[in-house]
Amino acid sequence: MNNKVLLDVKNLKQYFNVGRKDEVKAVDDISFHIYEGETFGLVGESGSGKSTTGRSIMRLENPTSGEVTFDGQDVLALKSKEDMRRFRRNVQMIFQDPYASLNPRMKVEDIIAEGLDINHLVKNKEQRTKRVNELLEIVGLNPNHATRYPHEFSGGQRQRIGIARALAVDPKFIVADEPISALDVSIQAQVVNLLQDLQKEHKLTYLFIAHDLSMVKHISDRIGVMHHGKLLEVASSDEIYYNGVHPYTESLLSAIPMPDPEYERSRQRVSYQPVEDDKERRMQEITPGHFIYCSDDEVEMYQDKLNKKVMASR
Amino acid sequence: MKKMLEVKNLEISFDTFAGKVQAIRNVSFDLKKGETLAIVGESGSGKSVTTRSLMKLLASNANVENGEILFDGQNILEKSEGEMRKLRGSKISMIFQDPMTSLDPTMPIGKQVAEPLMIHHQASKKEAYKKALELLEMVGLPNAKDRFKNYPHQFSGGQRQRIVIAIALICNPEVLIADEPTTALDVTIQAQILELLKDLQKKVKTSIVFITHDLGVVANIADRVAVMYAGKIVEIGTAEEIFYNPRHPYTWGLLGSMPSIESSASRLYAIPGTPPDLLQPPKGDAFYPRNEFALKIDAEQQPPYFEVSKTHKAATWLLAPQAPEVTPPEEIQKRWKKFEELKRAKEVKDNE
Repeated sequence: MNNKVLLDVKNLKQYFNVGRKDEVKAVDDISFHIYEGETFGLVGESGSGKSTTGRSIMRLENPTSGEVTFDGQDVLALKSKEDMRRFRRNVQMIFQDPYASLNPRMKVEDIIAEGLDINHLVKNKEQRTKRVNELLEIVGLNPNHATRYPHEFSGGQRQRIGIARALAVDPKFIVADEPISALDVSIQAQVVNLLQDLQKEHKLTYLFIAHDLSMVKHISDRIGVMHHGKLLEVASSDEIYYNGVHPYTESLLSAIPMPDPEYERSRQRVSYQPVEDDKERRMQEITPGHFIYCSDDEVEMYQDKLNKKVMASR
Repeated sequence: MKKMLEVKNLEISFDTFAGKVQAIRNVSFDLKKGETLAIVGESGSGKSVTTRSLMKLLASNANVENGEILFDGQNILEKSEGEMRKLRGSKISMIFQDPMTSLDPTMPIGKQVAEPLMIHHQASKKEAYKKALELLEMVGLPNAKDRFKNYPHQFSGGQRQRIVIAIALICNPEVLIADEPTTALDVTIQAQILELLKDLQKKVKTSIVFITHDLGVVANIADRVAVMYAGKIVEIGTAEEIFYNPRHPYTWGLLGSMPSIESSASRLYAIPGTPPDLLQPPKGDAFYPRNEFALKIDAEQQPPYFEVSKTHKAATWLLAPQAPEVTPPEEIQKRWKKFEELKRAKEVKDNE
């Protein structure tokens, strides 16, 4: 991991039904950045806006306002089909539902090679087959799977096909939107290990979106916690885990079930009540690398709280 | 303690176009009064089929090849549909996985909660509605009184699951079957629902069969745990025994593949491969091809149950007296150590 910022998101807003009675602020003024080569985890419950954030960055939605800079390029300014194609060669996505995200009428080889064809990355049929086989092997499938259809595969295998499709165009950055939550426990570990191996070999940067904080902690270098469209806390994954100080982060941490009956018996759940006042809040750095969404007069309170936690754990 | 349910040598198969799928292969367990038994396993391991058979809700292509299910000493499998209807929702009730589809979208929720009481106990409408409101308040549905006449689509997922739970509980069932009741919910809501079930269990002494694939949830709620693989129970014991003294390599794999709090290991332990095809169940141990600790005999012969303690048994040849000693993964060794510590702590306490 180096200190080059690959993706920079500033004041991103994604509203739906703007100006109508049922206006939804799915993503409401969030800012964060992702360094080259790292895994940034985004957690939150359903409806928190974490998936919408991923989709807005990919330009699968058109953000209401804000700035998204990828590798020095203004993503929201992309207009032509050609620019978009070039952008998406570098930024790929792995979807949550391995059953809905593969076209049931296409053969696996055509699913994987679609990006190759569109971007003219292979010159002839031979090269295409060779590259598809290579990709299948990378994700732990077998070249003779290429001529089959998605319905012949299990959930875990399908997710591998989705990963091969994302890798085909040699992207720099992958948005993984809940890539494991539809899979069985034993298969989840296989897919997480695969994602980590691929990151090392291909120098990938990940935005890993999930609601399972323990898995996010395992795979991420840094974590952002979202709730109701707001990003509430950002820090390194250990810092979030041991020294998360935002009340929502605390409540989320206290709700994670652990495979340990002793721990479960002594667990104290913290519930979260959002503060409702009209103070102006923004991301503020309370210690280096640890950001909290708070008002100016709350900074000190959070710093004290953090110090107490650090002292207590010593 | 009184046994509420006894499942003996259950074998269930399904007729499919591809042939006979042997979904349940000789499953036996019992459920005592007031306890929670968790059944864990991957999709396709047979946990949902097992529980559906407890309610006699199997699909029409299912055949019960062998075995019996005793509820109150009577074999459920021999009961007629009419007799089953009297049991379902009154003495045995079920919470289904998906709160989005298990409510009637065209009926106000209050009526849906009250209905079982009017049908099974011939309660008057007034009485039933009163009890329904009480129960909705008990399961923590906000503004239950004002929302009594609302329809399911007006509620969130967590609220709907509370309504489903209220329906399941209104007749004070002796046995409650919960099939992944929290899988579709967020962790914070999940924690609330689990607390709710435990509270209710204390109040009404219901016995619960809890199906899930999430070992964290199991650790929270279970008194005893049965681990299923390829249609069989491969290990069963108290929660302490399964979590701190697991003996079956499949249980090791499941426990090892979850990230734990302290663990900073950079790689997760992953069970290689995929579950077997139950169209042609393997001759030997079904876990054999994925088992890094497999012995030669695993390919040939299915392991019987070996007793670890009075309450704990596992079907693996590793427990046979002549089996070689194996070293389990580090994560499991840590758990074994904790088991020893807990045992010693308990002995000290008992001596005092």
